[in-house]
Amino acid sequence: MTTAQARLPVRPARRPGTAGKRARRALLNLAGLVVALVTLFPVLWMISTAFKPPTELFSLTPHPIPLHPTLDNFRHVIDGTGVTDSSNNPIPYWTFLRNSLFVTIVAVAVSSLLALLAAIALARFKFRFRTTYLIMLLIVQMLPQQALVIALYIDFRSLNLLDSLTGLIAVYTAFALPVTIWMLRSFAASVPRELEEAAAIDGAGPWTVFWRVLFPLVTPGLVATSVFAFIFAYNEFVFALTFLGVDTPRFTLPLFVQFFQGHSTSGTDWGAIMAASTLFTIPVLAFFLIIQRRLASGLVAGAVKG
Amino acid sequence: MVKTESRRPGNSSPAGAVTGRTRGRRPPSSGPRPTGLTARQRAAIWVRRHHLAPYLLLIPATAVIAWLILWPAAQIGLFSFQNYGLMQIIGAQPTQWIGLGNYSQILHDPEFWLSLRITVLFSLVVVPLTLTVGTLVGLLLARLGRKMATFVSTSALLAWGTPAVSASVIFAWLTDPDGGIVDWSLSKLPSWLGGGPHWAEFSWQNSALPAYTVLTVLLVWMGFPFIAVTVLAGLRTIPAELHEAARIDGAGPWRSFWTVTFPLLRPVFMVLLMLSIIWDFGVFTQAFVITAAPGNRDEFNLGLYEYFKAFTQPPAYGMASAIAFILTLILLIITVGYVRASVKQGEVR
Repeated sequence: MTTAQARLPVRPARRPGTAGKRARRALLNLAGLVVALVTLFPVLWMISTAFKPPTELFSLTPHPIPLHPTLDNFRHVIDGTGVTDSSNNPIPYWTFLRNSLFVTIVAVAVSSLLALLAAIALARFKFRFRTTYLIMLLIVQMLPQQALVIALYIDFRSLNLLDSLTGLIAVYTAFALPVTIWMLRSFAASVPRELEEAAAIDGAGPWTVFWRVLFPLVTPGLVATSVFAFIFAYNEFVFALTFLGVDTPRFTLPLFVQFFQGHSTSGTDWGAIMAASTLFTIPVLAFFLIIQRRLASGLVAGAVKG
Repeated sequence: MVKTESRRPGNSSPAGAVTGRTRGRRPPSSGPRPTGLTARQRAAIWVRRHHLAPYLLLIPATAVIAWLILWPAAQIGLFSFQNYGLMQIIGAQPTQWIGLGNYSQILHDPEFWLSLRITVLFSLVVVPLTLTVGTLVGLLLARLGRKMATFVSTSALLAWGTPAVSASVIFAWLTDPDGGIVDWSLSKLPSWLGGGPHWAEFSWQNSALPAYTVLTVLLVWMGFPFIAVTVLAGLRTIPAELHEAARIDGAGPWRSFWTVTFPLLRPVFMVLLMLSIIWDFGVFTQAFVITAAPGNRDEFNLGLYEYFKAFTQPPAYGMASAIAFILTLILLIITVGYVRASVKQGEVR
């Protein structure tokens, strides 16, 4: 390490090479530690708050780790006393979880299927308007959702799709499609054509080629794209907010968490809100951790624009 | 060109799939029109002869996108020239074309100019900040040992993966005047660092500047991991010899970045810049949770201004559409830059 910056460390080094190197390393590690802790802090604080009893929430000296951890906040959220339906009955957490999972899973399944067909067309065929189509996909995913929601609200009102999970499924399918097609296309294009040709020479028809050769090889890509579609639909807020209004029993999880925070009366019950937020967030983060490696390679491929 | 493509044996067109194993191998347009085939087989042959397979495969996805994204986008344009409001949506009165009425009304509305100014200023702060922080962390990741790099990138991944609603609610709690950790820490800071007891119970939501400060930190926190990981991936593509040569020539890290790293990664930075502008200009969910819960009109950005024109009583869908149209147009202009940067990077192939 011969650069001026590397010699900056405070202690004068006897052997500049190794000592300077060590000091530089220590500084870098310190910087890394600070970045990681600052980055993790909000999430850790959410979890810690979720386990705090009310007395500790507003104490004069906040502790990073709850002194008397309690599950009361979670019980409060799961029993559903925070959000009630029109006749003031509590709605348990499971209702929102079920709504969210139902909407998300159906939307992901449909959009993955449609995207796979489109991706094969874009990866395996040359046709007019192919580049135009790709650019259209890029543009479409940049349209602001809070703008389109006005027209969709008016359309869905006349189609009786407001206050229903079907409307949300349709919208989530559509808005997941551009990214999904875009990502799947590069996965499908990376399958060597020779494999399919070899299968065809061995007498396999196109349908067999698809199921036996292309499909198994695209499956990892399908998993990765489904993950992104899943996270988009699971987290989506604007459309749920607009379409579901105050129809609390149909709320999805993000709407539930926001409603909980925005509409709590008589002082904000942050313990319960953080418990709700924890229950909503942790599955996503766990998912992210599990698929970390695949996610990183997806990012590197430059395929993620959302 | 097109013909040879779809006649290749490895072609996985569903049309061929319908015809089955034996006919899949038959050259599609050889000989006279075959007779004695079922309707399905004839349709399949027709598809192959006219090279329709890719179009058929694209139909379902395109139909959904056209119905739920493209058509609404066109409708926004149409509504913006109509007096679409409460009477029109319940069908009590027909819609009327009012020309540029909505637009002239908006352009004379000081709230529009305020929200536009907030949106632009906010992007001008957040975009460079996110890019800088993200790039610095990316450069740091490239220099860290393996274990530490994994630790840092995992925590960044967690910040990136936190849903927008959760992140906003968490930041609302962190900056809550009543028990939030931010106010507590600031009140404990020595006064020469800008701290002091006046920070206790400071309300971050009640006026635009504090609210958008919180929003800035929130968006940088959520946005930098993507930048960092992308920059890191870009750094891995630069041969080590280049940096070594720069160092031997006496360039420090600063010069080495601006003379070697940045020029080589310029296309990557262009894409990241465009994406950041688009995201921060159109930010909605976080702004909704952080600023709109108290419903302060002087804290609206363009998206919130438009949304509340449409969805508070009395609804003014026509006017909201005009604002939405302006917002969309601005974003489209930036998107054109983004598409060009992507094409340059060779992503549209």
